[in-house]
Amino acid sequence: MSNPFAETKGGAKRAEKLGRIGFGIATYMIIAFAITIFGIITYQGLPTLFNSDGFNSEFLTESPQTLIVLKEGDGTVHKVSFSNIEKWKADNPEIQIEEEKRFSYAGGGIAGPLIGTALLVIICMLISLVVGISAAIFLSEYARPGNFLNTIRLAILNLAGVPSIVFGLFGFGFFCLSRWLPVLRYDRDFTQAEQDAVIGFFRIPFMDHGYVSFEGWGTSLIAGAITLAIMVLPIIITACEESLRAVPKGFREASLALGASKWQMIRTAVLPYAFSGMLTASILGVTRVAGETAPIMFTAAAAAKATLPGAESNNGGLFWLSDLLTDSVQAMPYHIYTLAKLPESEFTKPMQQGSIFVFMVLVMSLAGLSVFLRNRIRKSLKW
Amino acid sequence: MSTQEVISSPIITLDDVSFSYDMGKTNTIKNVSFDIPEKQVTAFIGPSGCGKSTLLRCFNRMNDLIETAKVTSGKIEIMGQDINAPTVDAIELRKQVGMVFQKYNPFPKSIFENVAYGLRIQGIKNKSDLATAVEKSLRGAALWDEVKDRLNSSALGLSGGQQQRLCIARTIAVQPKVILMDEPCSALDPIATAKVEELINELREQFSIVIVTHSMQQASRISDRTAFFYLGELIEYSDTTDLFSAPKEKRTEDYISGRFG
Ligand SMILES: Nc1ncnc2c1ncn2[C@@H]1O[C@H](COP(=O)(O)OP(=O)(O)O)[C@@H](O)[C@H]1O
Ligand SMILES: [Mg+2]
Repeated sequence: MSNPFAETKGGAKRAEKLGRIGFGIATYMIIAFAITIFGIITYQGLPTLFNSDGFNSEFLTESPQTLIVLKEGDGTVHKVSFSNIEKWKADNPEIQIEEEKRFSYAGGGIAGPLIGTALLVIICMLISLVVGISAAIFLSEYARPGNFLNTIRLAILNLAGVPSIVFGLFGFGFFCLSRWLPVLRYDRDFTQAEQDAVIGFFRIPFMDHGYVSFEGWGTSLIAGAITLAIMVLPIIITACEESLRAVPKGFREASLALGASKWQMIRTAVLPYAFSGMLTASILGVTRVAGETAPIMFTAAAAAKATLPGAESNNGGLFWLSDLLTDSVQAMPYHIYTLAKLPESEFTKPMQQGSIFVFMVLVMSLAGLSVFLRNRIRKSLKW
Repeated sequence: MSTQEVISSPIITLDDVSFSYDMGKTNTIKNVSFDIPEKQVTAFIGPSGCGKSTLLRCFNRMNDLIETAKVTSGKIEIMGQDINAPTVDAIELRKQVGMVFQKYNPFPKSIFENVAYGLRIQGIKNKSDLATAVEKSLRGAALWDEVKDRLNSSALGLSGGQQQRLCIARTIAVQPKVILMDEPCSALDPIATAKVEELINELREQFSIVIVTHSMQQASRISDRTAFFYLGELIEYSDTTDLFSAPKEKRTEDYISGRFG
């Protein structure tokens, strides 16, 4: 008896098989790339965090410095950070130094860039969340559907597609170089002292009673943070709007039916349940912001800084904050860029590899955290 | 409409009311006039899509949420006031005209907070005032004994029927005059439905209730008066017993005998 369900011979079967293999190869290749990249970075970078005495905490707590490599006649090598060299020489007067070489950025650690990046991210997220959540509330709850809303949506979409270097240059021109001085003087001209102190040398008179100065904030934490905020705003707005829309209509109706005003409804029956989605969005934003180099390289980042952010200022309170915000900072991505441009040597290599490793772990854990939170939140949202 | 008896103490009066979802291009409710009595249960029946929910949502101006929706003709008066008058604040109206929805929709908060919601919205913060009101409302919704030991646990842990009664408790906590119910039992099993019907029976002493239902048995069990709608028009409106035992209109008779709908 013949089998009615026998396999039929033909091309379809073979195509099926080939397709499966092809798709499989593509997938495994991505995984292989990822594992290779993470593997190499970890393999090369991890040793920087450990030295002969175990965990090398100096790498995380010290700022980048010049490393001085001292060679004795018999070939013994001593590595001393620039800031310790006087003390080291005083402590070891008996050592005869044959050769002294300096390697910039090869000493100390990455505390400055780490703190700088943290500050950039925190300030950027504060700004972009306040603006982004407000905009999302407006778009999803208040704006009427129509051309106006469509135009705004298009603008947000376009903003999301702008290359980050463009944001960087825009921020540089807008915040660092130019500054509108809203000084209106009808009664008298600026005194010479005012002009020198406030306005700077390059200035363009504006309509007789003000100046546009081309010495704005300069390279500063605040300029970088705002530039980054503008860059992530589209992501934040879109994600927050989606979280708001995901709140069931039933909550809104119930709230209104119980006599809530629109704002009360939004505050008590929408925002609390959109919050978790917004949180995920903001963490995704953080990973994006933390990793960007282009927007900060002109606006905020300094290649080298002797002190940690804010440490230079002797002022207190708000003045300290203002000093902090208007000073440039080191930042991880820019620091890695700086290190990458150094001439290769056995002494700079650990710094390069260690920085990349720490940065990768940081960004990956943030991304992991956001995935984890999103899954947890999805599970808890069962209404 | 053929029958229009005079209702001695109407809480809601409709006079030639038409309503449109699309700025008046087509009317979903067409020239409806009738009076809804105070402290009785009035049922809206009719085939799906005939405009029962739409009309119900006119009473607490829930349709304000839809940009293009408006009452295109006529007047709706509640407690003697034209509710679409410019001086009427929809928020104040909704405090007097509460609503229970088809799909029970408690907030993902504690049982206590769900019932206290409307009071908190009104700015009541005093703990003991809130506790008193919550207990009273839960008792009023015949739910107190079932939940008194777990007031602080999530409302979403309750059964469907309990959640719907919680929504009723939440509504009566605001002490409205009118309670609108849009198919409150359609998502519930028969036992839970019976409990809600029993509750409605008790609530009629304090509140004027308007209930939309797709179940004619339910309408005949719980309502004093019944309005039958068809394609946006009020076909027949009378005492429930009269409407079901001796319908005056052919279409009513066809509908209640199951010939369409
Ligand atoms: N938000 C809305 N926008 C436009 N049309 C609607 C809307 N809601 C309901 N309708 C229409 O109005 C008519 C009446 O609907 P509805 O009042 O929900 O009927 P019922 O509750 O009697 O089943 C239906 O034809 C429906 O499609
Ligand atoms: Mg309906």
